[in-house]
Amino acid sequence: MAHPRSRLNRRSRLNWTLAALLPLGFLAVFFAWPVLAIITLGLREGGISEALTSADTWELVAFTLGQAAAATVVAVITGLPVAFVLARCKIRGLGVLRAAVMVPFVLPTVVVGLAFRAFWPDGGVLPIVLANAFFNVAVVARTVGGLWAHTDRRAEDAARALGASRPRAFLSVVLPALAPAIGSAAAVVFLFCATSFGVVLILGGARYRTLETEIYLRTVELFDLSGAAALSLIQFAAVIAVLLLGALARRRRETALALKGREELARRPTGGEWAVVAAAGAVVLALLTPVVGLIIRSLSTRDGWSLAGYRALATTGERGTLSVSGVEAALNSLRTATDATAIALVVGVFSAFVLIGLKRSGSRVSEALDTALMLPLGVSAVTVGFGYLVTMDALPGDFRTSPLLVPLAQALVVTPLVVRMVLPVLRAVDERLRQAAATLGAGPARVWLEVDLPLVGRSLVAAAGFGFVVALGEFGATSFLARPDAPTLPVVIARLMSRPGALNSQMAYAACALLMVVTIACVLLIERLRVPSSGEF
Amino acid sequence: MSLRIEHITVRYGQTTAVDDVSLDIADGEVVALLGPSGCGKSTLLRTVAGLEKADDGEVRWDGDDLTGTPVHERGFGLVFQDGQLFPHRDVAGNVAFGLRMAKVDKEVRLKRIDELLELVGLDGYQHRKVTQLSGGEQQRVALARALAPQPRLLLLDEPLSALDRALREQLAVDLARLLREAGATALVVTHDHDEAFTLADRVAIMRKGKIRQVGPPAEVWREPADVETAKFLGCNKFVPGSFVGLANDRVGLRASALRVDPAGTLEGVVLERVHRRDHVRLLVEIDGDEYEAVGPVTEIGDRVRLVVEQDGLAVLRDEPHGGQ
Repeated sequence: MAHPRSRLNRRSRLNWTLAALLPLGFLAVFFAWPVLAIITLGLREGGISEALTSADTWELVAFTLGQAAAATVVAVITGLPVAFVLARCKIRGLGVLRAAVMVPFVLPTVVVGLAFRAFWPDGGVLPIVLANAFFNVAVVARTVGGLWAHTDRRAEDAARALGASRPRAFLSVVLPALAPAIGSAAAVVFLFCATSFGVVLILGGARYRTLETEIYLRTVELFDLSGAAALSLIQFAAVIAVLLLGALARRRRETALALKGREELARRPTGGEWAVVAAAGAVVLALLTPVVGLIIRSLSTRDGWSLAGYRALATTGERGTLSVSGVEAALNSLRTATDATAIALVVGVFSAFVLIGLKRSGSRVSEALDTALMLPLGVSAVTVGFGYLVTMDALPGDFRTSPLLVPLAQALVVTPLVVRMVLPVLRAVDERLRQAAATLGAGPARVWLEVDLPLVGRSLVAAAGFGFVVALGEFGATSFLARPDAPTLPVVIARLMSRPGALNSQMAYAACALLMVVTIACVLLIERLRVPSSGEF
Repeated sequence: MSLRIEHITVRYGQTTAVDDVSLDIADGEVVALLGPSGCGKSTLLRTVAGLEKADDGEVRWDGDDLTGTPVHERGFGLVFQDGQLFPHRDVAGNVAFGLRMAKVDKEVRLKRIDELLELVGLDGYQHRKVTQLSGGEQQRVALARALAPQPRLLLLDEPLSALDRALREQLAVDLARLLREAGATALVVTHDHDEAFTLADRVAIMRKGKIRQVGPPAEVWREPADVETAKFLGCNKFVPGSFVGLANDRVGLRASALRVDPAGTLEGVVLERVHRRDHVRLLVEIDGDEYEAVGPVTEIGDRVRLVVEQDGLAVLRDEPHGGQ
């Protein structure tokens, strides 16, 4: 057993495991510690069992999971035709379609909440489900489409040649091949929907609450920490269960595929396929409706069309609702998001390299780290935010007042996205390409620099742009942590909406439109840069 | 300036991919490692390159043990089956890579790139994208890239296998000329005996992790070490030497060993006939036994006379036990 090969592997496994301690350390300090601190704080006060046995709690759990499941179903059903078009069709305007689908996913939750309120002024269950689904159609379309684009078309053709009708071939050949991607996408969507905060807060009002908004209410307004901690624990358990299912689906997906390039598989739709294209078109139109509605709302007042809301952005709102002007808040947003993106890129890219290294040296830590990195996506941003407030003063120089506090919290959400975008590209780099560079005289560091980095470069820029817009729209943790004199745009929007005054709401809609324009510009940029059909989002 | 492989053994878990192999390559010599897929030849080549660790034995260059020398310090060029060009660099950027690593001045670099592209017949391709090249062109660039830093030894891993047949034959001839012109010392791994014989000064036949025979192409072709090697080199029928007028116990016949010719001494009846690219393959019955033969167009059932083609014969050394 002790021949040189295994010794060599063992040593590199040890090196990579040590390297893995860095991202894990980051997660430990800026994620696990604050979350655990909040939970123990709640536990110490007692009353956990009370919360666990209360019928209200379980109603809350049922509603949270129910609305998430419903939204997931809607997102999968509407996402599939879009995935088909993205993957298999050669038609004009595909680039526009790709970008259009992506826009909702990165829109700030507050913006989406407001957009849906423009159609359902009183909120309710239906708009909550639809708004959550609205965000996540992109996840389904991109994840499933990414796999679909690279699965060999000939299995389908063979089934058709053997006498299967088109729907039959789809059900018996295509769908099973896509199942892992659908499963993985559904898990992620479910996670997002179960922990969605801004949308539910704005559309649910006092009537419809999920675990996430209830945690927020109990912590901020009722100071019921034990109740909040109990709810956080329940949420945590659900999230881990879903993440594990997702990891299982991913593993199946990575082992089972012989991938091909999209170019050789895409063709012009024929016959019944046009119906699917039409369905995809309808989905995209539906996705764009709230966006357009919002812009119209930002321009219309009781007295007709007006730019009053936009002009008001230079002020602090009606009767000084805000502590800073809208423009200052926008600048704050840009600064914070830039810092958050920088942090997330460093941690995310490093983690991706470590994950690849761990996997190559055959270490089991790889999957644990992969799952750990995804955790922040599923844990209540509110819990994280509040956790920061009770722990960060223990760090040198009272971290609570540090301008890096908000960026760090946002980076937690952005990092998993960076990892998911960079990892597949790194994995796809043929090992022999690195070996070719080595035989030409490049040492290990030089190989990273000359081969890995350039190949991953485009997806890195895309990940940066993507992370930037997500940070820009982050609301849950930011609403908690942003200092009163330095709010971000989403925080300002929420505040404006909660105060009376026609100008205030006009200004909120204008700020939304502004945020949306920045977001769309970023998405278009990402679309130009991204490596064709790579990454999972 | 010579490579010496000494008692190399490489194991993957329970399987032994390379089993106690020794082989020398002299300065300026091209040696082909020829064997069926899975015989361990690629593993051996990768061990020489430093991409695999040997469990036993050494790779030596001019007597120095290379075990502790990492891949990038060995100065061995490597060409993969499918090029493995850097997709983010153009043709010139690929060829320049090794020169940049060796810190060669830009002016010298540019001149060397021009020289090499001319050598491989891709003059003026400097700024083409490598993704837009055909398979044959990609392999030429890969070769130019490997040759550019003037490696001490060139390693070629099935360099032509990914190409289609006509191109493969053409490129094999080109490659043989290129290796001579560059004066390269090279180890070529291939499963195609035509390729091996076109390229190499010496051929090493490998099977199940061991080298079974080493020698000049003509010798290996004419006198395979054993029946298995003869089969691998195209013999599918074994007859006593007397059948073709030789004194040996056993002779292997390739498909081209018998040719229809009115002057022939053997006589048979045509059973089957298949048209090939430039000849007709026949199945002929001679004295109640079936033999393959080549010849001009004949009808099934015709009685024909056949001559023996020396190139189609493999003479097996007499073995005392002669076991199959």
